[in-house]
Amino acid sequence: MTQVPQNLKYTDDHEWVRAEADGSVVVGITDHAQHALGELVYVELPDAGRKVARGDAMAVVESTKAASDVYAPLAGEVIEGNPALASQPELVNTDPYGEGWLLRLRPDDAAALAGLKDSAAYSQLLAAEG
Amino acid sequence: MAHQTPLYADHVANDARIVEFGGWDMPLQYASALAEHHAVRRSCGIFDVSHMTVVDLSGPDSLRFLMRLLANDPGKLKMAGQGLYSCMLNDAGGVVDDLIVYRLGDNLYRIIINAATRVQDLGWMARVADRDDVVIRHRDDFLMIAVQGPAARQLAAPLLAAELQAPALALRPFECVRHDHVFVARTGYTGEDGFEIVLPIEPGIALWRALAAAGAVRCGLGARDTLRLEAALNLYGQDMDAGTSPLVSGLAWTVAFEPADREFRGRAALEKQIADGVTEKLTGLVLEDRGIMRHGQRVITAAGEGSITSGGFSPTMERSIALARLPVAATGSCEVDIRGVLRKARIVKPPFVRHGRVLVADAPVGK
Repeated sequence: MTQVPQNLKYTDDHEWVRAEADGSVVVGITDHAQHALGELVYVELPDAGRKVARGDAMAVVESTKAASDVYAPLAGEVIEGNPALASQPELVNTDPYGEGWLLRLRPDDAAALAGLKDSAAYSQLLAAEG
Repeated sequence: MAHQTPLYADHVANDARIVEFGGWDMPLQYASALAEHHAVRRSCGIFDVSHMTVVDLSGPDSLRFLMRLLANDPGKLKMAGQGLYSCMLNDAGGVVDDLIVYRLGDNLYRIIINAATRVQDLGWMARVADRDDVVIRHRDDFLMIAVQGPAARQLAAPLLAAELQAPALALRPFECVRHDHVFVARTGYTGEDGFEIVLPIEPGIALWRALAAAGAVRCGLGARDTLRLEAALNLYGQDMDAGTSPLVSGLAWTVAFEPADREFRGRAALEKQIADGVTEKLTGLVLEDRGIMRHGQRVITAAGEGSITSGGFSPTMERSIALARLPVAATGSCEVDIRGVLRKARIVKPPFVRHGRVLVADAPVGK
């Protein structure tokens, strides 16, 4: 059964977003997404300082089979990528909501977070996609 | 609606992720494509390859027909039980398909061709056969299992009929033996030792289950692709096709120009290509920067540009490797355009991995 933690926000493209106390957000891909992609062998992350608009392709996750874009869930500036993924891309598979986080962003507008799906709405999306 | 092999229910029952390939619903992977890959390099894996096409030839003109059909020389098959890898070419010298042909007896041959090319291949064979007295019979009453890995032969042999066990273990590479509709060849598509077994459906399902019960790991198309790329075995439709000649596809060694009077289809075109000068080659790349090379990406060398025909991640080398069609003079370092960023790569002589060992010189293992 795919996990959808209640404390996170979600996008239609299967990214998750977690608000941090300092106003930044942490972004990753969902359990559903990592399962659909298969075992990851390479993750390409943006450099710190890069500005992204909502929906920009900002990272790439590659399985043995294919490369897939990860889109910015919010407009903002990249603070850091997860340094552990350079040598252990498989963390995205084994712990998508924890050690397998992709990057931290400073959103241009903190209120934009409210526009993302909550866990109930994302679970409905998964159910609808079958 | 895609075709399903007789093992489809077993794949689904073992949690296979199914994808369509060449008109067939096939297992992409079971629990882990990487674990499946390593199982084949280190012990034994099994693949359902029943989607591949088995064609039996009989009739007095069988050899005459093969002499014209194949770019390699079927005259090399001196006795029953020998096999030969070959391309069949169109009149422009392009590859219609690659195949293995086995001599089963006098005027009796078995050809194993790809799945996605079945219709065009059978059509081409019928055209080449013309008025030859040859019967071309597509066998869809069989199941085909590849058992691959250093432990494969020893694991599989005891599960065969008693009459087949010793002969199967005595096979040299590319030889085959047949008993009571069960055909065993010492061939494969992984760079490891093993068998490919063609047999009727019911005993085939039983053999598949017995192999799995004996410890062979079920493997899907994902592992099959990473294994064959490491072994630098071409994939039809990607590394070569009807528009590319074997001379630019790393397959010149499979073209037999001797005997000089054998008029095989495509011969004149290949001779013209050689006279005009072959300008490209299929060779290997190892990525030195981080990233994964993929089919279609542009390669920039000091001798000119080329492109990647097959690229991906090598689980054995833990870095990206590729086959690429490059100018013949290209050697040493090059760059690969991966989504707009130029990454450093090294041109190497394939294969990358065979029999569990990395063969590429100075390959730094690690990430």
